[in-house]
Amino acid sequence: MDFYFGLIQIIGVHTLLGLSAYCVLLTGQVSLAQAGFFAIGAYVAGMLTVIAQWPLVPALGVSALVAGATACAVGFPALRVKGLMLVVATVAFGEAVRLFFFNFTYQVQAGNIRLGPHGGEGFRQIRYFPENGWTTLDVMLFIWAVVALVMAGLWWLNRSRAGAVLRAVGEDELAAQSTGINITAVKISAMTVGGVIAGIGGGIFAHYTTHIEHVQFGVVLATFAIAYPILGGLSNVFGTLLAVIFIQGFLIEGLRFMGDWRNLLFGGLIVLAMNVRPRGLLDAGAMLALKRLFFSRKERSDA
Amino acid sequence: MLDLQAVSKHFGGVRAVDGVDLTVARGQILGLIGPNGSGKSTIVNLICGLFPLTSGRIVYNGADIADLPPHARVTMGIARTFQNIRLFGQLTVWQNLWVAQNSSEQRKQNFLKRWLGGSRSAREEIDRTLEFFDLAHKRDELAGNLAFGEQRRLEFARALSAKPALLLLDEPAAGMNAEEIDQLDGRIRRMRQDGITVLLIEHHVELVMSVADRIAVLNFGQKIAEGTPAAVQANPVVREAYLGTAAAA
Repeated sequence: MDFYFGLIQIIGVHTLLGLSAYCVLLTGQVSLAQAGFFAIGAYVAGMLTVIAQWPLVPALGVSALVAGATACAVGFPALRVKGLMLVVATVAFGEAVRLFFFNFTYQVQAGNIRLGPHGGEGFRQIRYFPENGWTTLDVMLFIWAVVALVMAGLWWLNRSRAGAVLRAVGEDELAAQSTGINITAVKISAMTVGGVIAGIGGGIFAHYTTHIEHVQFGVVLATFAIAYPILGGLSNVFGTLLAVIFIQGFLIEGLRFMGDWRNLLFGGLIVLAMNVRPRGLLDAGAMLALKRLFFSRKERSDA
Repeated sequence: MLDLQAVSKHFGGVRAVDGVDLTVARGQILGLIGPNGSGKSTIVNLICGLFPLTSGRIVYNGADIADLPPHARVTMGIARTFQNIRLFGQLTVWQNLWVAQNSSEQRKQNFLKRWLGGSRSAREEIDRTLEFFDLAHKRDELAGNLAFGEQRRLEFARALSAKPALLLLDEPAAGMNAEEIDQLDGRIRRMRQDGITVLLIEHHVELVMSVADRIAVLNFGQKIAEGTPAAVQANPVVREAYLGTAAAA
């Protein structure tokens, strides 16, 4: 059972990572910096609970703020460039963050062991959950409570004017400017919100793995972050969740029996999915069909 | 209200707009005509700030706006439509107007109200505008799914959503049939009644002659004539630009 709980935890954390990229992607920007914000969240939250002995929730709050502030600061120079140049700029930022943590050492003595990030060896003993007696089930429920909260927030944002403005910028920057939208401000706001969500995700990640190191936050993770919303579709937040379940649950865990052939099939299936559903697994058409299904049922039960 | 002073825009060696002076008086409809490639759309893009001037000044209500970004100009009351329609196709008709509520007055709303739900008056305004453009029954359709004529109307409606004082219409009649042009004619006149100043760029000569108070003619990036519709129509230089020297002789 713990295996499945663990898998559901992974899916939850990766959903947060995917949603952080989703926010930025709504404005039409492809950012590979999300893994960097995720890393910042992980290290900040880990240091707060381990070294400063903070409880988890305020630690996550601070990691969200730090990652969000970093995203905002990175947004100003990075969002002046577009398309491939932005991809290159954000990859560079992500790598800079990773290499920072590769070199970053800050440890304190606690009894006969030293705690805290230790450069290339990583940050071990982030033992908040076991020390406070959380079971795997508790952790899973906590993660999903956070995921549900973030998803509800984004769902609500989507229906607001802010959501419409994000999509307008994503669709046609020139038209958006010409209708009076300050596109730089909109893109930086989206980047900041994305940073906040990645920071929370990273903070949770650090605590359930108990051991983080720089290699976990490389380009591969950044690619996953952006792949989820692209594969899932941008029409709403459930697309990203569906894509995470598809990739983490089915492609990575479900195909484990195939051994080394798995990776080959993994790439092939993503290409296939993108070809069959070019606007994402859960596109506007699929949503409409679901809505009809739901509403026609309701009418029938009314009658 | 709007004053272009010796405005030039060069793209490399091409002088798309070359030392044009143009004045749009408050409450007036100024028609801007000229053969293809004469620089009409470039002038609209310069007034909106989509690209920087090579030289000259753009003065709006007494202030030089040449260095302001496009969105700031909309807030000051300058809105436009596009020659090739540029709606937000994945947003609904209603949302297209919603995102465009960016006048200085609309910006003063409570921050949360403005970005989340929108005030009742803002919502009613959208409904009224849709009614005026005969689009109320399409409010929840995706803009990308509308017919061509409806898309043109929606673009016009979106431009009005920011409550402009100056409206730049870039070939609003392109691709419209006679009946639609007739309705457009009526709507442009209505704009003037409501106190909106209009700069109308149009190929459809009848429409321009019918609604414009004054007409300016461009050719090869330069202004070659300006005056009342009748005077412009009779001007030999204009005839030459449109029809060639033989016909003018």
